[in-house]
Amino acid sequence: MSFKILPKAALSEWIARLLTTHRVVGPRPFHDRFIFDEITSPEDVHLAYPTTLLPPKKYLLPQREELLRFDLKTGTLEPVLDAQPTILLGVHTCDLHAIQLLDRVFNNTYVDQHYNARREALTIVSVECLSPCTEFSFCKSMGTLSVTEGYDLHLTDMGEDYAVDVGTEKGAALLEGVEAVRDATSADYERLNRTLSEKWPRFPYRLEADVSDLASLLSVSYDSDLWEELGQRCLGCGSCTMVCPTCYCFNVVDEVDFTLNAGRRYRHWDGCPLQEFAVVAGGHNFRKTNAARQRHRFFRKGKYQMDAHGLVGCVGCGRCGEVCLVHINPVDTFNELARRRVPVSRRHQEALT
Amino acid sequence: MITPLRETLEQTSLFLPTIAEIVAVRDLTALEKLYTLALPGGMSLGHEPGQFVKVSVLGVGEAPISISSSPSRSNGTFELCVRRVGDLTNVLHRLGPGDRVGIRGPFGRPFPMKRFQGKDLLFAIGGLGLAPARAVINQVLDERGKYGKVIVLYGARTPGDLLFKDELETWGQRSDMELHVTVDRGDATWTGNIGVITTLFPKVQVYARNTVAIVIGPPVMYRFVLMEVLGKGVPEGNIWFSFERRMKCGVGKCGHCQINHIYTCKDGPSFAYSEIKHLEEALK
Repeated sequence: MSFKILPKAALSEWIARLLTTHRVVGPRPFHDRFIFDEITSPEDVHLAYPTTLLPPKKYLLPQREELLRFDLKTGTLEPVLDAQPTILLGVHTCDLHAIQLLDRVFNNTYVDQHYNARREALTIVSVECLSPCTEFSFCKSMGTLSVTEGYDLHLTDMGEDYAVDVGTEKGAALLEGVEAVRDATSADYERLNRTLSEKWPRFPYRLEADVSDLASLLSVSYDSDLWEELGQRCLGCGSCTMVCPTCYCFNVVDEVDFTLNAGRRYRHWDGCPLQEFAVVAGGHNFRKTNAARQRHRFFRKGKYQMDAHGLVGCVGCGRCGEVCLVHINPVDTFNELARRRVPVSRRHQEALT
Repeated sequence: MITPLRETLEQTSLFLPTIAEIVAVRDLTALEKLYTLALPGGMSLGHEPGQFVKVSVLGVGEAPISISSSPSRSNGTFELCVRRVGDLTNVLHRLGPGDRVGIRGPFGRPFPMKRFQGKDLLFAIGGLGLAPARAVINQVLDERGKYGKVIVLYGARTPGDLLFKDELETWGQRSDMELHVTVDRGDATWTGNIGVITTLFPKVQVYARNTVAIVIGPPVMYRFVLMEVLGKGVPEGNIWFSFERRMKCGVGKCGHCQINHIYTCKDGPSFAYSEIKHLEEALK
C-alpha cells in the first residue's frame, strides 16, 4: 500500500501508544530464550530476536482453546468465541507464511468461526529477517525468507530507522497520528533496497533439493528405508509438532467442573507422531509404527499441504530440529531422501529387466 | 420451512451440536443398541446413505456414529446403532427415551446411490458394518425398481452378535433379494452357515461387469473380501467401502482420520477401491 519511516528512537513511544488501545503480544526474553508473550511495557519487546520457543500460532490456535460451555442441569450450551483485539508484534516471515497456511486450512470447505474470530481480531506487525535465527533454520531454502502479503505492517530494520511497509488499512490505522512517522523519500527506498539485497548472502541454502521439487521427491520416497530408520530413532514424544508453526491437528475433550453442574468442551494441540493419534475406540491403531507416523508427518510438511492448499507445509523455522532429542530434522530428512532418490532412468531399466 | 441440520454449522460455531431427543431405544445384542432420535421442531437431518453424525454427551465427549436409517424411512427421526466400546458409547448405553444428546452433521461423502442404479448390488457386511449398510439396503429396498439384483452377505462372530435380526428375517423371506448369513462360531440353536464371510462367496453368482460391491466391516475383513470380489471380476471402481477412523472434528481439520493425504470424514467415509488402492494407509 505505502511505505513509511519510523525512527527507531520513536519505537518505544509507538508501542506505548499501542498498549493503550490493544493487547500487545511480542517477542520477549524468557530465561536465555525468547517467547511470544503479552507485553506490558515497551521495554519488553525485542524485535531483533533470533527465534521463539513456540511460534505465534498460539494466538490463533491456543494450546488449549475453549469451544463450548455447557450447563448440565439445563442441558444448554453456548459457543465461546474469543475476539480480543490483539497486535502481534515482531512476527518473522517464516511464521507469517505459516499463518497464511492456517488461514487456508481453517477456511477450507468448512469455515472455523473460532479461528476466524481470533484471526480477524489480530493485527500483524511482521519484521524482515536480516540474519539467520539459529543453525537449524532453513527459511531461504523453503522460500519463506521474505513476504509480499499477509501482514498489516512490515518493519525492516535500517539502522537508525524502521522502514514500514503498510499492508492494510488495519495496519495504517496503527500509525495514524504518530508524529514521528513520515513518508519515505527516494533516499529511503535506496536504503531499504540495499538492506534487503545485503541480507540474502548471510543466509545459507541448506536443502539440496529445490523446494518446488519436494512434493515430487516425497512421492517417489514413500517406500524409502529412511522412514524405518527414523522410526527406530523417534521417541514418539510429539515435541516436533508442538513447536511447529504449521501443525494444527487437535483433539477435542470435555471437562466438567468440580460442581458437576457445568463444563466446557475444548480443543488442544495433538500430533501425528504420538502413538495413539489414529487409535479408534476398541483399540485398533490405523498408524501403528513410529516409522509410519514419521513418514506421515514429513509427507504433511513436504507434500500433502502443498497438494491440498497450494502452500508448503514446512516454513523452515528450524524449531522442530532444535527440540528433537534424537536429532531428527526436516533438512537432513529431505536431503537424505534426495541422495537416495533413484534416478528415473534407472527405475525404468529395473522395471524392464 | 424445514432447516437442514447442516446449516447450523455455518452459524455461530461449527462445533456447536444441536440437542436431539432420544425417542426410543432397542437392545439389538448385548453390546449394541439402536437409538431413534428426533431433532428439535422444524429441523431435518437431511442425510444420504453412508453419512455419519457426531454424537455428543455433554461432559463426556463426542464420537462419530454412522446413520443406520435410510432417508426413505426417516420421518422426522433417524436411527443410530451404537456399540458399547469407548468412553462415550458406554455412557450413551445408560441413556434412555427422553434423554438428550448433541448431534452435528450429517458429515461425509455418501455412497453414490445414483451411480448404483441399474446395477446388481452385492453387499459384503461384517459385524457392526451392518449399521451403515442398513441405511443403503433399506433405501434400495424402498426404491427396489431402480436397482438390479440385491445380494446381502452378512457375517458376525456368533449368532448372539447378529444385528437387526427381525430385519434379517424379513430380508430372508423377500423374493426380490438374496440374503446369506454366517457366523464364525455357532451355538446349540444355530443351523445356518458357519465360517468367515468369505465362505459365502461361492454361494452367489453375479454378473461381475454390472455389479457394485458394497463392503463394510472391520479392518481385517477388507483384504480378504476384496480378494473375493476382485476374484469374481467386479471392476475396481465398482467396489465401495465405508471406512472407520478416529475423528475429532468431522470437518477435515483435526487430522486424526487422515489416510495419507485424504480426510476420511470429508473425502469419505465411502470410497471406491480404485480411489484408494494406491494409498498404503487405506486397507491396513
